[in-house]
Amino acid sequence: MKRYLPNLLRLAALIILIAFLVQPMLFEPLLKPLVQANAPAVYNQGSLLSLTLSHLATVFTATLAATIVAVGLAILVTRPIGAEFLPLSRSLVNIGQTFPPVAVLALAVPAVGFGEKPTLIALFLYGLLPIFENAMTGLSTLPPAIVEAARGTGMTAWQRLTKVEIPLALPVILAGIRLSVTISLATATIGSTVAAKTLGEVIIAGLQSNNLAFVLQGGVVVAVLAVLIYDAFSAVERVLSRRAGRV
Amino acid sequence: MIEIDSITKRYGDTTVVDNVSMTIAPRTITVIVGTSGSGKTTLMRMINRLVEPTSGKILIDGEPNSAIPGYELRRRIGYAIQGHGLFPHRTVGENIATVPTLLGWEKSRIDAKVKELLTLFQLDPAAFGPRYPHELSGGQQQRVGVARALAAEPNILLMDEPFGALDPVIRAKAQEDLLAIQKHFGTTIVLVTHDMEEAFHLADKIAVMDKGRIVQYAAPEEMLVNPATDFVETLIGAGERPFRLLSIGSVGEATEAGEAEGEAIAAATSQRDALSALLWAGRDALPVVGADGTRLGRVTLAGLARRAARPQ
Repeated sequence: MKRYLPNLLRLAALIILIAFLVQPMLFEPLLKPLVQANAPAVYNQGSLLSLTLSHLATVFTATLAATIVAVGLAILVTRPIGAEFLPLSRSLVNIGQTFPPVAVLALAVPAVGFGEKPTLIALFLYGLLPIFENAMTGLSTLPPAIVEAARGTGMTAWQRLTKVEIPLALPVILAGIRLSVTISLATATIGSTVAAKTLGEVIIAGLQSNNLAFVLQGGVVVAVLAVLIYDAFSAVERVLSRRAGRV
Repeated sequence: MIEIDSITKRYGDTTVVDNVSMTIAPRTITVIVGTSGSGKTTLMRMINRLVEPTSGKILIDGEPNSAIPGYELRRRIGYAIQGHGLFPHRTVGENIATVPTLLGWEKSRIDAKVKELLTLFQLDPAAFGPRYPHELSGGQQQRVGVARALAAEPNILLMDEPFGALDPVIRAKAQEDLLAIQKHFGTTIVLVTHDMEEAFHLADKIAVMDKGRIVQYAAPEEMLVNPATDFVETLIGAGERPFRLLSIGSVGEATEAGEAEGEAIAAATSQRDALSALLWAGRDALPVVGADGTRLGRVTLAGLARRAARPQ
């Protein structure tokens, strides 16, 4: 029973989350005490479900792009041919992390206009570092005997990369993507300051009208999403590490 | 046949292998010994071009090994290393099939080969084939490592301290297996080790390396009688000489006609182990049996003592 408890809790959280997104009015009595009389207790300026989906889509797109670029760079700089690009790549992804997303939004709006684009740029830049560093670690700390054996059996550089190095580094790379997704889920809310369709809209609407129920709804939905996605990634990593014999 | 012709490897100012020439006869076991940093591993790794030489050349059956791309060369040469280097994300069967798969063998042929090798190494194909390396014991992993090296039926097998990580009991078994396998396939084996006991037990010829040079390349008996330098003598260990001499030959060669009481010794046992058994049993003679259990004769203390004496 104890072993299943965490999974039962996760399942319950998921069901409640979906129920709330599809039928938010069911939860009105719970939220009513948080608002002043006559103020709406459930967000009424748009569909929570479609905001959530667009929030997820933004995070997914930005993380996918960050993964392709960061893993690509990590592969490049762990090859002999690309080793000299390591300091340059490190600086680039570090700059991405140093710039606060708010600053990136402020700079990006004049260039690309309001909407999703500035948010995607900010999340992309912000997400690079954890993925790059983890991919670097994963690819450069493979057991030497295994790398040696891969060469010794006559694999070409490409075969070593695709058949041995990436499969063995995958759990560590995934851990980087997990961190990046979690950060992006939270950070995406500020995208609503520049008109991106995210759950930040709900929070901002709550702050503007002094509506605690709105702030709570936006915040809790993002938090539950982050926890569930984080746990799902961790579970996949565990399966992969077990298969890679890294337990 | 492997012909190494004045091969040199330098890293910056350090010369790791210094103008080495040697010829390795086909279907023999050559053991390269030396202290760590003597260049023995580098020398071996230049045969399959895991290390590219600074100068000199290596001919394999008359063909320079630089004539084809390194990865193609390595698919033709078996390679087994200390700590086995098995791919942890692949099953035992997939590990053994690595080189045949790279060579594009048909699936039925690969399956048959995997089965044959697992059986040869006394691992049940049905039970061990689908397992992952971390589910195996150290000795089993080592056997799978050698099986993988032999999967594409190479003429040459390079081994870098293959038994270094094994405990003494399993190591002795692994060495016996290697000798049997070498007989079975007629593979030319080049083995690097720092264990002199292992060298004398396995080698047809021993190459002693010191500071990047070969100081002596000779049959084990020859090396015992005429060590080329003080270094070779120290490496052999003066006090160990009679025992080294005994560890070269098997009991089968020392068997005399006659009967004896006591626990029988297998003919494949080394004479050194037989001497040990005789002394421990407190007997002057023990019976010798063949692999099939038939009585072959006896081995005596006096007989072994004669063989342990300095050859004339």
